[in-house]
Amino acid sequence: MRKKSLMMLLLVMPLFYVACSGGKTENNASTEPTEGPTTTTETADASSYDPKRGEGKYDEKNVDVTKFDAALAGQGKKVAETKCLSCHKMTDEKLVGPGWKGVTQRRLPHWIMNFITNPDPMIDKDPEVQAQLELCLVRMPNQNLAENEAREILEYMRQNDGAK
Amino acid sequence: MITKKIAVGLLAVAAVYFTSCKPKGSSSAVSGDAASKTYVAPGKYDEFYNFVSGGFSGQLSVYGLPSGRLLRVIPVFSVDPEKGWGYSEETKPMLNTSHGFVPWDDLHHVEMSMTDAMPNGKWVFVNGNNTPRLARVDLKTFRTAEIIELPNSGGNHSSPFGTENSEYIVAGTRFSVPADTDNGDVPINTYKQNFKGHISFVSVNKDNGEMNIAFQLKTPGVNFDLARTGKGKSSGWFFFSTYNTEQANTLLEVNASKNDKDFIMAVNWKKAEEYIKAGKGKKQSVRYAHNKFNEETHTATSEIKNEVTVLDVAEFPDIVYMIPCPKSPHGCDVNPTGEYIVGSGKLAALLPVFSFEKIQKAIADKAFEAEKYNGIPVIKYEAALYGEVQKPGLGPLHTEFDAEGNAYTSFFVSSEVVKWNVKDLKIIDRKPTYYSVGHLMVPGGNTKKPYGKYLVAYNKITKDRYLPTGPELSQSAQLFDISGEKMQLILDFPTIGEPHYAQAVPADLIKNNQVKIFEIAKNKHPYVAKGEGETKVVREGNKVHVYITAVRSHFAPDNIEGVKMGDEVYFHVTNLEQDWDVPHGFGVKGANNGELLIMPGETTTLKWVPDRVGIFPIYCTDFCSALHQEMQGYVRVSPKGSNVPLTWSLGDKK
Repeated sequence: MRKKSLMMLLLVMPLFYVACSGGKTENNASTEPTEGPTTTTETADASSYDPKRGEGKYDEKNVDVTKFDAALAGQGKKVAETKCLSCHKMTDEKLVGPGWKGVTQRRLPHWIMNFITNPDPMIDKDPEVQAQLELCLVRMPNQNLAENEAREILEYMRQNDGAK
Repeated sequence: MITKKIAVGLLAVAAVYFTSCKPKGSSSAVSGDAASKTYVAPGKYDEFYNFVSGGFSGQLSVYGLPSGRLLRVIPVFSVDPEKGWGYSEETKPMLNTSHGFVPWDDLHHVEMSMTDAMPNGKWVFVNGNNTPRLARVDLKTFRTAEIIELPNSGGNHSSPFGTENSEYIVAGTRFSVPADTDNGDVPINTYKQNFKGHISFVSVNKDNGEMNIAFQLKTPGVNFDLARTGKGKSSGWFFFSTYNTEQANTLLEVNASKNDKDFIMAVNWKKAEEYIKAGKGKKQSVRYAHNKFNEETHTATSEIKNEVTVLDVAEFPDIVYMIPCPKSPHGCDVNPTGEYIVGSGKLAALLPVFSFEKIQKAIADKAFEAEKYNGIPVIKYEAALYGEVQKPGLGPLHTEFDAEGNAYTSFFVSSEVVKWNVKDLKIIDRKPTYYSVGHLMVPGGNTKKPYGKYLVAYNKITKDRYLPTGPELSQSAQLFDISGEKMQLILDFPTIGEPHYAQAVPADLIKNNQVKIFEIAKNKHPYVAKGEGETKVVREGNKVHVYITAVRSHFAPDNIEGVKMGDEVYFHVTNLEQDWDVPHGFGVKGANNGELLIMPGETTTLKWVPDRVGIFPIYCTDFCSALHQEMQGYVRVSPKGSNVPLTWSLGDKK
């Protein structure tokens, strides 16, 4: 069984890369509904991509994690149960996507918020996310998180990693 | 819509037509730059949405113009197993009527919702001709949001034309019948005594679109064909074409074609509204279904209503006037200023153009025929007439307008579209269609300021236009460029069902308002599972409710045991995705049912009554990810009385 899926994986991968690079404009089209699909300069230019920060509206200035907020984390749990936990476990075990244990140690807080609110461009550009995609083969869907929901989920992840 | 008589006429004409007219046909009609005019490059968008009636398919199709690409088929009156329409528990009530569940209808005409006689892009209204109904499609979701049945009606053909601000959508019966409150068990040949026409004025709530039958006009028994609102100058009036003013009940082909002139019926609806407000209408006890889809519960409800208010027009002398119009008119189309009304008598050899000002003067001067028609004053033809377009073609059906003062009329029998000037009534251009055009459409051609640019002819006969596909061919639509003085044929494209009327509006009116997902937090479906933590299987007697979620790429739960023979299983599938264009599908082996197609954030229910003991696969039908083929599960069905406990699971989770 395992062997078979590995073979499938090998077969699918070359196709997948093609689909991925071609998918770039497609993804942009879905966020740019006013005109026909266009390639925005912002997302097309991979050289300007900062793998530490990710891509999106968050940076170290607008994500404050100096204090832990248990109420916020509680909210985050609720949102995650609806929008995330079908695919992610709270342990380090992979389900559809990677387990969440330790994610706040591996990634900066604003990188996490950028990724969960703006996954498509980051899947296309972030070398580590690309490597992850080769393992999971499912692009993390955009779950349309509101700003507050993204912050709440971050707090829940921090709690899961021991923040107090 | 097209009588047999015309079909017979067509055969006669067609014989001549194919031999004499064909050589100068398609090749000479298309010039070299046609391709560039219809080419929409990959990834680019069309300029117009074209909402095209699906005729006997019962559905509404959406094409892009100028490409002619089919963008969507919206199920309205007919079941559509592909989309679960009429199959899911949530959508079944949409097709309920006073006759019970009716899975099909015949959709003829479309009408965009309007503000100040211009489309506002909110809704499109469509009619069901068979079991008389009116539907409203929401253009944020491209789904049917509401269907209302029409009492006292034999077939809703003269519909869904609307007033300048969509205050009312009208619904005139094609087949006059005894009123629902009268004894209908009468000899058919008592048509003249017992059969009546009814025209419903259905009000539309400006904010949420909700429809209600505000009142009905009871008229003499005739056939109502098409209608148009007055606008601008003729604001407050409505015009209906009638035929079978002979009141025949058999062989209408002959017996309804005897009179030289039938009527365009002019209705002062503002006046009718005043009478209704003054309490002059009679309340009647009737039965009709009113079905609404709720976007928060993702569920439709069907309510049977019991009352309608009726005004008998013979009792109110200043609501309705008949205008003689040769011969069995189909279209009665009002030009952009509202001054001119063009009657298209489908058996006539000329096109009368009536003047609203002259009609008003004739009413003021009482320029009526000596004899009333069933109690209704008949305006003298000459007193209402602005002029006639002479020798326009054979079998005129329907007219639309551009913003430059021109009219475009379709001719079924001579198979052509003709451009003429409304002021001087002179013909400017004529082009053949392939073959036998019914309705035609200019974007905004029914509004006060047509967008123009294109004309689409919706043809009834296809013959040799496409690669043959057995005895039946899809009906052809033909796109003309009308930006110049002469019309230019630039594209053929196939359609679904049989297109009758259509409307087109600029894409910008609609494309930026699209709902891309349903917010899962706002999902109020009683069986929603907002996350896998809320999934479960609940037994209530012999009913088994499965609260199941779908996400790329698994169902939760995906193993279910403890279902027994005699059970009714309800799969309530919640799509947890919150990403555009990621529906999941759901199919069950052996279910006497369609599939589900569940939009992101939505909950939809499939009922399944297992017919045998065994293991039944379930799976996602809509390719969702690289692991879509893994998106599957099993349901175990045990014999009645078995002691297999009800369990459900996913992976190692219970």
